[in-house]
Amino acid sequence: MPRRRSRLVLFPAAIFTLLIGPVAAGLAGAALPAFGYLPVIGLDHVSLEPFAALFAMPGILRSCLLSLWTGLGTTFLAFAVVTAFLAGWHGTRLFGWLQRLVSPLLSVPHAATAFGLAFLIAPSGLLLRLVSPWATGMERPPDWLIVHDPAGLSMMAGLVVKEIPFLFLMALAALPQVEAVPRMRAARALGYGRMAAFYLSVLPGLYRQLRLPVFAVIAYASSVVDVALILGPTLPAPLAVRILTWQADPDLSYRSLAAAGALVQLVVTGAAILAWWLLEKLAARLGLAAISAGRRFSRDRAPRLLAAGAMSLAAFLVLAGIAALALWSFAGLWAFPGLMPGRFTLSAWMRLSGALTVPLTNALLVAAASAAGAVVLALGALEYEVRAGATPTVRALVALYLPLLVPQIAFLFGLDILFIRLGFDGMLFAVILVHLVFVFPYVLLSLADPWRAFDPRYARIAASLGRGADAIFWRIRLPMLARPVATAAALGFAVSIALYLPTLLIGAGRWPTVTTEAVALSAGGDPRAIGATALVQALLPFAGFALAALLPALLFRRRAAMRAAA
Amino acid sequence: MSAKSEKGLHLHRVAIGLAGRRLLALDRLISPGEVLTVMGPSGSGKSTLLAFVAGFLDPVFAAEGKVLIDGEDVTGLAAEERRLGLLFQDPLLFPHLSVGANLLFGLDPARAGRAERRRAVEAALAEVGMEGFFPRDPATLSGGQKARIALLRTLLARPRALLLDEPFSRLDAELKGQVRDLVFEEAAKRGLPVLLVTHDPADAEAAGGPVIDLARGGQGGGKG
Repeated sequence: MPRRRSRLVLFPAAIFTLLIGPVAAGLAGAALPAFGYLPVIGLDHVSLEPFAALFAMPGILRSCLLSLWTGLGTTFLAFAVVTAFLAGWHGTRLFGWLQRLVSPLLSVPHAATAFGLAFLIAPSGLLLRLVSPWATGMERPPDWLIVHDPAGLSMMAGLVVKEIPFLFLMALAALPQVEAVPRMRAARALGYGRMAAFYLSVLPGLYRQLRLPVFAVIAYASSVVDVALILGPTLPAPLAVRILTWQADPDLSYRSLAAAGALVQLVVTGAAILAWWLLEKLAARLGLAAISAGRRFSRDRAPRLLAAGAMSLAAFLVLAGIAALALWSFAGLWAFPGLMPGRFTLSAWMRLSGALTVPLTNALLVAAASAAGAVVLALGALEYEVRAGATPTVRALVALYLPLLVPQIAFLFGLDILFIRLGFDGMLFAVILVHLVFVFPYVLLSLADPWRAFDPRYARIAASLGRGADAIFWRIRLPMLARPVATAAALGFAVSIALYLPTLLIGAGRWPTVTTEAVALSAGGDPRAIGATALVQALLPFAGFALAALLPALLFRRRAAMRAAA
Repeated sequence: MSAKSEKGLHLHRVAIGLAGRRLLALDRLISPGEVLTVMGPSGSGKSTLLAFVAGFLDPVFAAEGKVLIDGEDVTGLAAEERRLGLLFQDPLLFPHLSVGANLLFGLDPARAGRAERRRAVEAALAEVGMEGFFPRDPATLSGGQKARIALLRTLLARPRALLLDEPFSRLDAELKGQVRDLVFEEAAKRGLPVLLVTHDPADAEAAGGPVIDLARGGQGGGKG
């Protein structure tokens, strides 16, 4: 059968450019000043001076180690909880119940989660109020350094509860491809305990699909800025936060320092990924050793309960955190150790309504535009795949993950320098473009499975009725897949809403969103303003998903099969 | 070659192979109103033959030979230009469209004008005893009704031949007979050549035409 080359080939080409271009340009843009070349501030000869200055900064080694430690620690904890829960409970009723509870948490922005957690665990937070004064005897909040603790434990907790839903959903999507159920049955029939059966027979196959998401978690957690500002150590702060401080310094000579920092951040994240890769090898050896030793691990009641407890706790902390944000935003006087505010008032909302209008509008505008752009690109690429009979390659998958694997601060810093040169810095389209880089991978990942699973016989029927490829796309495939398309758009919208660093750096402060405003408030210590702003940030993604569920339902309200197809 | 001017669906020296192995070879003319049944177990290549004739052959297969309809060579045409009606084992009614819109989607574009097209569809519904079904949601139809609508949708496009891919295998015994009779009846009435692919000997018997059994080495007068 004749296959025609289609103009749709432009879509994959544009996507590769979109994914690889900014990362490559951004890294180059950081490398030049890092080695002493930034003519704007009079640097014009190659030298290692910026690195020397960087390593002379106080506490720099500790900052690097903090980044490494939070990156690896977060990933290890989130990975352990997710796999232990899958191992212990897959196929049970509790599993289905927690799955429905945890899945929507993916869309809660990191910053809102971090603020919520801070409101729970701080010395004056809800958890301590819950047991005071009757159990602790405390009438005043204790002088404990919980939030911003120097070891970064609070920051890791904030990251872990957010990365658990991400890895969990990624694992759920991959499970059917690795024949989890028959493998578990076979291993359990041989006498292995439930958890051992999973770890020894399912995980090796599953992990192949999970490796890139896990690396993305390492990259994110080792270079995150917003969560670090809200929960992380301050003296010294993790490396990414310090880079941002230098970048924003009015003294332009700090730019080359920041550039050198960006490259070191790349090395730190790379080292974290390398260390993880070594752990992978070690874990595989331990697994093989356990098999050769003939151990069956049939008694796993305690770890199973622990896994379910950890999973529930993670979900609880996110949800209770959002509730704490809401409480604070409506709280009047609220003295310790009262569990509830003395009275409720709208005054924080009244006070903020004016100040929040512009950030809210900006957030909606950028999120809607980048989500729409990502959906159009993803549809074009998937439609190209269908028409050209092309299959996705590993190369394409790595490109898709590239913006998620390279630390944001490492390439956004250089990209910003480039954009300043081009005069794009602070322009709306530049902000949307950079959001698109981060939004697109999620949109494509979300849309690809339903698109590829679409029964090809519908298109064959339509073609045999004399309809061309365009008609089949617009009249059959797109409307029949309206629901996954809407869901992918909502996911893209949620990702964009949560983006902090791209908005701040590329927007040059001229496009404040609810996210940048919320993070900016963290320094101020006004819990009512934080509660209200972070609550808006947390609710926007939910509004997007609600709309995504509502629109197809309204559109096809008379079509029973379209409801069931969800 | 004289065959080129003949009426009907001509599979001219068709041979399909996969990775250097020949799956099947066939040289047959299906006359108007005739049903050629191709039988064989799954994996014998019978659905591949159908995909080749319809224009959907996966490029991993190597195909030679030609498909001619009433003397016109359609081998190089895209699927949507061949005008060959296709029925699968599932009715595959488009779930987002009403019954009427499904039929309008199929209806020959030569019938112009909204009112005229609607009238044609209503008339076709009445002909199979389904008056008033135009606005219905296809999900609310019975199995037999869905099968009838699927057939109607195919016929309204005025195909030049019918290609049937196990179209009765999902129907229960009683319904199977009814739908089968209806399909063959309508094909005969319109003088359509029919290529039926099945693993059910009862289908072959009901079709009443020549049978090729791929399990026995494709004895279809092929060039082997």
